[in-house]
Amino acid sequence: MNKTVNQKAWFLVLPVLILVAFSAVIPLMTVVNYSVQDTFGNNQFFWAGLEWFDEMLHSERMWDALGRQLLFSGIILAIEVPLGIFIALNMPKRGFWASFCLVLMSLPLLIPWNVVGTIWQIFGRVDIGLLGYTLDKIGISYNYTQDIFAAWVTVIVMDVWHWTSLVALLAYAGLQSIPDAYYQAAKIDQASRWAVFRYIELPKMAGVLMIAILLRFMDSFMIYTEPFVVTGGGPGNATTFLSIDLVKMAIGQFDLGPAAAFSLMYFLVIMLISWVFYTVMTTMDKRDGV
Amino acid sequence: MAKITLDNLAHSYLANPKSEDDYALKELNHDWVDGEAYALLGSSGCGKSTLLNIISGLLHPSQGRILFDGKDVTHAPTAERNIAQVFQFPVVYDTMTVRDNLAFPLRNRGRDEAYIAERVQEIARMIGMEDMLNRKARGLTADVKQKISLGRGMVRKDVNALLFDEPLTVIDPHMKWELRTQLKQLHHDFGHTMIYVTHDQTEALTFADKVVVMYDGRVVQIGTPQELFERPAHTFVGYFIGSPGMNLLPADVAGNRAQVAGHSVDLGAHYTASGKVELGVRPEFVRLSTTGGIPARIRRVEDVGRHKIVRLEVEGREISAILGESAPIPADVNAVHFAPEGINIYANDWRVAPNGKDAA
Repeated sequence: MNKTVNQKAWFLVLPVLILVAFSAVIPLMTVVNYSVQDTFGNNQFFWAGLEWFDEMLHSERMWDALGRQLLFSGIILAIEVPLGIFIALNMPKRGFWASFCLVLMSLPLLIPWNVVGTIWQIFGRVDIGLLGYTLDKIGISYNYTQDIFAAWVTVIVMDVWHWTSLVALLAYAGLQSIPDAYYQAAKIDQASRWAVFRYIELPKMAGVLMIAILLRFMDSFMIYTEPFVVTGGGPGNATTFLSIDLVKMAIGQFDLGPAAAFSLMYFLVIMLISWVFYTVMTTMDKRDGV
Repeated sequence: MAKITLDNLAHSYLANPKSEDDYALKELNHDWVDGEAYALLGSSGCGKSTLLNIISGLLHPSQGRILFDGKDVTHAPTAERNIAQVFQFPVVYDTMTVRDNLAFPLRNRGRDEAYIAERVQEIARMIGMEDMLNRKARGLTADVKQKISLGRGMVRKDVNALLFDEPLTVIDPHMKWELRTQLKQLHHDFGHTMIYVTHDQTEALTFADKVVVMYDGRVVQIGTPQELFERPAHTFVGYFIGSPGMNLLPADVAGNRAQVAGHSVDLGAHYTASGKVELGVRPEFVRLSTTGGIPARIRRVEDVGRHKIVRLEVEGREISAILGESAPIPADVNAVHFAPEGINIYANDWRVAPNGKDAA
């Protein structure tokens, strides 16, 4: 059978090409454009090649920020995932209190980022904040504007407060999909509480947990607003994460070239780590199936 | 293995049951004899699964006691009762291999590995899965998974009872026969007390020594398949068992004769019945006649291969008769007779025993 060749059909994909070009390709290429050139304003550009990338790769400042960022994401994942699972396991399965808990859990998720930052910024202040004032009065040295440890604790507790609900809700959805017969069979088989968790609940939650981990990783790796509002990246550079550093560089110092090179690498790192997460978890899944 | 005694047992899913209607399981006294195979038969929602879950301890009864060999276990947790139960939908531990699935109940009880390996091998042979032992259970088909559940139920030798909650619902028909035969064989070999819940009469009658028929939360009859067929104690048993079920016609009973549709029928025994009196006769005992009897008209004939089912109309009610595959059906059938040995009399749905005889 002869296929009809009609090159005009290409015009049908034109609208979507234009849409994608304006919404993704052109903005991204602008960044690429900045990353390989130098400018002193007035729209005058000088070719810089891979100089900015080279500079960024050898910049202690960027490596420090990356280190802090990885530490931050690692800590909040290590707290939020087990805590979220624990909360989900202990939430009522049905009835009024189940709905009540669901609403309560969703509340932090509905609060805008900068409001969360403001809440904790005030909450932690030693002079007027309930938390800061109380801690100070009972003799615990706490001042997130001066003490690095206090600043980290504040930023981490704030993120846990804001986002553990997400992990808990996803895990809860996974748990709700387990038929009662599984728990009954486990009772008949005399499975311990740990065995029920390990062989029934965890496998059924694995899918949603993967989504939860990916979402929380990507979100926390890009975190900007909340630490910016609370600590502004300080004290010193102690809570200057990648996004905060990037904004300082691009808007504060107007170093558009290095900032552009920085953002491209930032983007690639997130893609790479997410890909590793995803691959590791799906292969674990597949190995089970054989 | 143990004798299981139900003493004044009843259950309601409501917190404060008021009338008898609130009970999913009405008051019940029964001994499950050690080593017998029982089938619990009834339509959906009649309380079969409730009763089973009470025996296994997944549910606590609202009233009454359960005794295993005379020991009160009403409030004992499932683990202490040492019971195996297989559910309607297959429950397997997805992330474990078939071998680990089968070994799971034994490992949880801390048996040594050598014994476990031997037992698992034995059970795998029984359910025909020796070559799949090292496979993960995930991704297996429903009937294979159900075989694993059955295997897990049978892996412990010392269980007090084996309970099956409609275990073959998800299995293909040809596999059903095979598994049921294996279960029967197993019962024969090891003599466990088995209780098998089903709504399929063939399954119940072929599996069990004794069939317990439940209707509306009540046990209406316990008997051998033959007793259920010949002397249904309740009109529900007559209707539910048999294909088609028992014919029921309103009757006026006096002594050894009954008036049915204006015709006098010989009952073969004397009865005293009052209330809503009905005459029940299985289709196997209905004879066609061209020379008088209870006036009847043939509506249609269904040939099911082994025999023919004749549907007739008697006074506006449909009754059925079963005839041999080669038996002739004359064109001028105008009446039916009932064979006296196949007649049962019911008052308010319960069977009335003939005078001077015990209820058979």
